[in-house]
Amino acid sequence: MTTTASGPPVQAPARRRTRRRTTDRGFNRAFRWIAVGSGVLMLAVLAAVALFLLVQAWPALTASEDDLAASVPRYPADTSLLAYVGPLVFGTLLAAALALALATPVAMGIALFISHYAPPKLAQVLGYLVDLLAAVPSVIYGLWGIFVLGPAVLPVWEWLGQVLGWFPLFAGTVSPTSRVLATVSVVLAVMILPIITAVSREVFLQTPKLHEEAALALGATRWEVVRTAVLPFGRSGVISAAMLGLGRALGETMAVLMILSPGFLYSFKILTSAQHQTIAAYIAADFPEASGLAVNTLVATGLVLFVITLAVNMGARAIVARRKEFSGAN
Amino acid sequence: MTTTTAAASADATELTRALLTAADPRRRRVDRTMRILIWGAFAVAMVPLVSLVWTVLSSGFGRISLDFLTLSMRNIFGGDPSGGIYHAIAGTLVITALATVISVPIGLLTAIYLVEYGRGALARAVTFFVDVMTGIPSIVAGLFAVALFTLILGPGVRIGLIGAVALSVLMIPVVVRSCEEMLKLVPNELREASYALGVPKWLTIVKVVLRTSVAGLTTGILLAVARVIGETAPLLVTVGVTDSINFDPFEGRMMTLPVFAYRQYSQGLATCPGGESATCVPDIAIQNGWGAALVLIVIVLVLNLAGRLVNRWFSPKLR
Amino acid sequence: MERHVKLSRFTRAGSAVAVGALALSLAACGSDPEPAGAEGTGSTDAADGSTLSGELNGGGASSQESAMEAWRAGFQSANPDVTVNYDPVGSGGGRTGFGDGTYAFAGSDAALEEEDLAAAEAQCGPGGIIEFPGYVSPIAVAFNLPGVDSLNLKPQVIADIFNGTITSWDDKAIAADNPDVDLPQTAITVVHRSDDSGTTENFQEYLSAVAPDEWPHEPEGVWPIKGQESAQGTSGVIGAAQSGEGAITYADASQVSGLGTVAVGVGDDFVPYSAEAAAEVVAQSPRVEGTSEGVYAIDLQRDIAGTYPIVLVSYSLACGTYADEATAELVKGFMTYLASEEGQQAAADAAGSAPLSADIRDAVMPSIEAIAAG
Repeated sequence: MTTTASGPPVQAPARRRTRRRTTDRGFNRAFRWIAVGSGVLMLAVLAAVALFLLVQAWPALTASEDDLAASVPRYPADTSLLAYVGPLVFGTLLAAALALALATPVAMGIALFISHYAPPKLAQVLGYLVDLLAAVPSVIYGLWGIFVLGPAVLPVWEWLGQVLGWFPLFAGTVSPTSRVLATVSVVLAVMILPIITAVSREVFLQTPKLHEEAALALGATRWEVVRTAVLPFGRSGVISAAMLGLGRALGETMAVLMILSPGFLYSFKILTSAQHQTIAAYIAADFPEASGLAVNTLVATGLVLFVITLAVNMGARAIVARRKEFSGAN
Repeated sequence: MTTTTAAASADATELTRALLTAADPRRRRVDRTMRILIWGAFAVAMVPLVSLVWTVLSSGFGRISLDFLTLSMRNIFGGDPSGGIYHAIAGTLVITALATVISVPIGLLTAIYLVEYGRGALARAVTFFVDVMTGIPSIVAGLFAVALFTLILGPGVRIGLIGAVALSVLMIPVVVRSCEEMLKLVPNELREASYALGVPKWLTIVKVVLRTSVAGLTTGILLAVARVIGETAPLLVTVGVTDSINFDPFEGRMMTLPVFAYRQYSQGLATCPGGESATCVPDIAIQNGWGAALVLIVIVLVLNLAGRLVNRWFSPKLR
Repeated sequence: MERHVKLSRFTRAGSAVAVGALALSLAACGSDPEPAGAEGTGSTDAADGSTLSGELNGGGASSQESAMEAWRAGFQSANPDVTVNYDPVGSGGGRTGFGDGTYAFAGSDAALEEEDLAAAEAQCGPGGIIEFPGYVSPIAVAFNLPGVDSLNLKPQVIADIFNGTITSWDDKAIAADNPDVDLPQTAITVVHRSDDSGTTENFQEYLSAVAPDEWPHEPEGVWPIKGQESAQGTSGVIGAAQSGEGAITYADASQVSGLGTVAVGVGDDFVPYSAEAAAEVVAQSPRVEGTSEGVYAIDLQRDIAGTYPIVLVSYSLACGTYADEATAELVKGFMTYLASEEGQQAAADAAGSAPLSADIRDAVMPSIEAIAAG
């Protein structure tokens, strides 16, 4: 013990001096290789996902426009695959962006509430409650969205359509069935609240206590402490949290599939039905009845979704990683 | 003179006191507004949770009975209110168990690699891509499993294993993340003490590190299970559907709770030629759907609760 | 140190117990095997046919699913050792699977044509294909107008409503045929199926047959007009129509309770939907000529007085010969039950379908009874 107390990198010299039997060394090496192998396997799985999607999508990527139009049910004549996927990508991004716009402020509020406002003893339990929202299966969100939320928000949508109809998002006829992108966005926002909250909460809790106390000593109110010490410190964390939420919203399937009345247009009218469709819901809706080239086309759109979510998540993680290097001590 | 200065200084004191205690009214207003907004944000988040849990409880509770939990839907059709979700519960448990069996060794070993061995570019890459993998859309995981097994077994095959593989893709990164956090919590002194006694590294990991963190690892795994047990989309495209009990994930279709709930919902109303009666209930399918949703949500909540409690009760209080 | 060791041992035991208890409590939910069958709903004479055993796999049109549930239940009750599976993979998937031998029997919302026919003939061998309209279901045109239960609409008016030309319920074209109904000014919301479905295809076939000018689109499983309200599956469109006042949709007639329905113009009369009127249109339409003996395809006539012309005709497909004896016997037994009066009645009760007419049954039964190994 006394010898190891001096230097910080203890493990290497300590191990060198241990009594080694050959079997131990064999096990040691085997165990290490198994562990390394698992790590490599993780990378292999991700590569495999991309590879197999690409293999299955290949026939659709290389097929002629006429072949696609003949064998894919919705495929209009004289359209490239890119032009076909375009509205789906647009719908996916629009739904996710709206959900993000709704969820981020609320999630920040909840995170601040749990980290700085709620009584400390209650804070953990309240945190669990928010986490429970993440545990609810998406099919239940779908049922709830149709039977409870849809009817409940319809008057709000009608009011928005009347009062703010000049605004592009709220233009068009308000659908009487409430199966519109706006309703979907609200459900998606509820679904991504927990993940944004969880990450923001962690970041806010890491705010150096000295900064907060310094602000308090200058006579700052609670909100001023938050504004001057907590928020600047947590900004990049909140951004990456929001991007993680965005990634989740992009890929959500069941709630969209069950609630949205789909259409394949570039349209901003979120209160009008049959304007948008997301990639994930499109796949789930058409996959059961698809055969032949139609399956390849569906996998190709899945590949597009995979690339988009991968890009968003990589962006988010890159921001988090950079932040870790900055803050150093943590 | 003195009186006036005294009065003036008294005024000043009053003013300062007022400034100190009351801040200025604008700042106080802002502070109060923000406090209300922040409490409000939390309240807003609780509204859907309460509404959702209440809806599922009130709509599903009436359907729950012993028969509903212990019978399958074999030979049940139309508005027949007998039959139940046993086959779906069985399918969900078997597929999730299989996914767990696949995910936990890989996930745990990867976490061990990251904490105990990992340094350099490979470890950084693994950490980064594990994080990225947590964001894979569930439908894409399903498509991947279908694509993989189409190449191996040919098209149109629907077995439980494909669903388990799809769930594993979603589950492994979650397991890695939570296990990594737990292993990092094990104090270095324990490892050093073990090395000092001449215990080889692999034995130290197995006997000291894993044992110390077993409660945390259990929690992490339970939460990962809870995360995937309600997945619908990947199972919708991989496992097929059946109304009979099937425990074999390598042969034949399986039913799972989320898919069952979705399919019952899409079935809509049943026809009852003789009107509603004890043997024919028109909206039985949607009742079944809510019943299955309730059972599913109870399973998820129990897993979550168990995870938290295991961690709280059994984790060593080191400091 | 000692403290750690003790704690960790406690920890290990404790969490193992907790997980074990959890697993037990989940597994204890059910030890009961399958139910004893659906008494009183399926077949009642379970005595004789029980020599059959094994597994029979089929797949295809999802429109047949609820009828198929009834057939499977009836057949499995009569033959307890038999399991019949049906994959609702869609008509296209069913035809493909039938052609490459994945499915021993199949359901399809359209009769076999060209490629599929050639593949199926090659698969079936000398016995040829057996094809008959085993599932005929009326498609109702349903709407949500409070206080209005039924409307008379001419074919051209229906087509104009669904193609978006008529936009309001108090339009003159609608009012002309409904003098006694107080039509509101509500805007019309057309709701169609968002998924690829045989119901959509059959409904479009009707529209393009009776109103080719108003409905120039090529009938297929996907709705051709963009920008209209839609929903997933039959329950989806019904739900959407129920929640939106002024909505109109088309759906399997057994599902439309709670909505008003359209009496469709046939000649000078208006015929409300009913299983009987739908059965009549199939019974009175001529058989497609020039096909082989086992194939009974229907050339639907939309203008026969007193019949309900909007029907989903879904075909049952089987082979005349199968490679092995067991499969041949199973298919023969199942198809015999499916086409029998009893089987058709079971489907009618469960799915609101129109039973097969005696003439068609007499025409196809010889082919079914001739199914054999070979």
